[in-house]
Amino acid sequence: MIDINKVRSDFPILGTKVYGKPLVYVDNAASTQKPQQVIDSITDLYSNHYANIHRGVHHLSQKSTALYEGARETVKNFINASKVEEIVFVRGTTEGVNLVASSYLEPQLEPGDEILISEMEHHSNIIPWQLTAERTGALLKIIPLLENGELDLSALPDLLSPRVKLVAVTHMSNSLGTINDVSLIIEQAHALDIPVLIDGAQSIAHMPIDVQKLDCDFFVFSGHKIYGPTGIGALYAKEKHLLNMKPYQGGGDMILNVSFEKTEYNDIPYKFEAGTPNIEGTIGMAAALDYVSELGIEAIDAYEQELLAYASKQFSEIEGLQIIGTAPNKGCIISFVLDGIHPHDVGTIMDMEGVAVRTGHHCTQPVMDYYNISATTRVSLSFYNTINEIDEITKAITKVKELMG
Amino acid sequence: MSELRELYQEVILDHNKNPRNFKKLELHSHHANGHNPLCGDKLELFLDVVEGIIKDISFVGSGCAISTSSASLMTQFLKGKSIAETRHYFEYFHDLVTGKELDEEALEGLGKLAVFAGVQEFPARVKCASLSWHTLINALDSVDEPAATE
Ligand SMILES: Cc1ncc(COP(=O)(O)O)c(C=O)c1O
Repeated sequence: MIDINKVRSDFPILGTKVYGKPLVYVDNAASTQKPQQVIDSITDLYSNHYANIHRGVHHLSQKSTALYEGARETVKNFINASKVEEIVFVRGTTEGVNLVASSYLEPQLEPGDEILISEMEHHSNIIPWQLTAERTGALLKIIPLLENGELDLSALPDLLSPRVKLVAVTHMSNSLGTINDVSLIIEQAHALDIPVLIDGAQSIAHMPIDVQKLDCDFFVFSGHKIYGPTGIGALYAKEKHLLNMKPYQGGGDMILNVSFEKTEYNDIPYKFEAGTPNIEGTIGMAAALDYVSELGIEAIDAYEQELLAYASKQFSEIEGLQIIGTAPNKGCIISFVLDGIHPHDVGTIMDMEGVAVRTGHHCTQPVMDYYNISATTRVSLSFYNTINEIDEITKAITKVKELMG
Repeated sequence: MSELRELYQEVILDHNKNPRNFKKLELHSHHANGHNPLCGDKLELFLDVVEGIIKDISFVGSGCAISTSSASLMTQFLKGKSIAETRHYFEYFHDLVTGKELDEEALEGLGKLAVFAGVQEFPARVKCASLSWHTLINALDSVDEPAATE
């Protein structure tokens, strides 16, 4: 059970006002707010433990290193990886995808090889593959969307072939809310020995993740979407892949021995972490994962599903409102369009009511093209939102309709 | 709500619902596409300029109320004006929506377009209001296409 009052008091920003109205923050799919525990972890680091990591023999460096490596352990446990060596710290989902594209996939691609993604991917799970394909002569193939916002997985057997060298799909769509049956995709891909990358940017904050049970080859997520800082995220990769992957960037910390003739690379995962990393981000992200674990991801999921069901019902009763993305298995994201009113106008008017929504294509232009729209208004919920806030949002939408008449 | 009323004035709502000069010009001398990737607004502008005077002007496209009404009011406003005047009005309009001081003469010159003064309170919407004007300048600066029937 989520103790909503307690939880809300953990997030200082939720008590603020916008244009004199209480803030209703429902742009959580873009980024989440931070609890005091995360803010404190960073203050504590800089006040008491900070130094560069992995290098110094002195006390602070050892403390800092212990916190940093402790964060790796926290991530490993959070997604149930089997080894800490399988966790690589990156800037976020985007960098994780780019790392896999350059260090894993690109070196083995031949002209005519295929990379399979889906029609609902975020641009950051499209462009890195497109760039790789351009450089190697490989082709991008697409799992198509269905009208309700699900992927047409009946197309999968035909799309999967020995030419496919990687499947990269999102666990949960940031514009439609759809939760994909990634287990089925992984099972079918693995039957042909094709590795699978899961974009966990959205799923990480809303459902339990067990990478061993999923059996995915790669899993990427961003700290800022799970109540942690920006500029930090993690890539999980199976050890067997990491051991064979080329370094991503060169620099300090990723080497064992350097001479001008030859460099010996460090062990995994350090081989992929060149330079002084985002130490505060890593520690803040671990504090965020601890916070979420303490609430319990199952309890979060159950509460958010209640919010989703209530909001879907309230919104669909508004005349002229159409929800885009009505898959049976959805996370707490509702995209909608209003008859004759452009989302940009909706966003401005709702903002004046204190409601922070996202309007636009949400970095998923192919999804907009599929529905033949240019943009949607998106309400993306979190465990700190309330039924009362959903009523406020419903009122704000009604105001939009009145004003734009 | 008062800033919102300032932004979404009746004129703007009216031109959003019933945009004027909303069609393609078969016969045109200038033409350009405008796109605001942030919100997906798209518009296509057509001008028929004869001896330095805008004889006819029209647009098609889809966008928010601010960008649609701005394009609609702009086409009404510019019909019959010279290219030289038009470039001045672009400057005035730009100053208006970005909140710069305008002298009385400039403000008067803009006539009905003064309804867009409310946009200055909404920095995220300045681009919506100015999209059609930027597209206009692009059209005027592009090499004159021969008056063509497409
Ligand atoms: C599904 C999905 N994938 C990838 C990303 C990119 O994440 P980031 O910008 O944190 O790298 C996002 C964030 O918008 C997302 O929602």
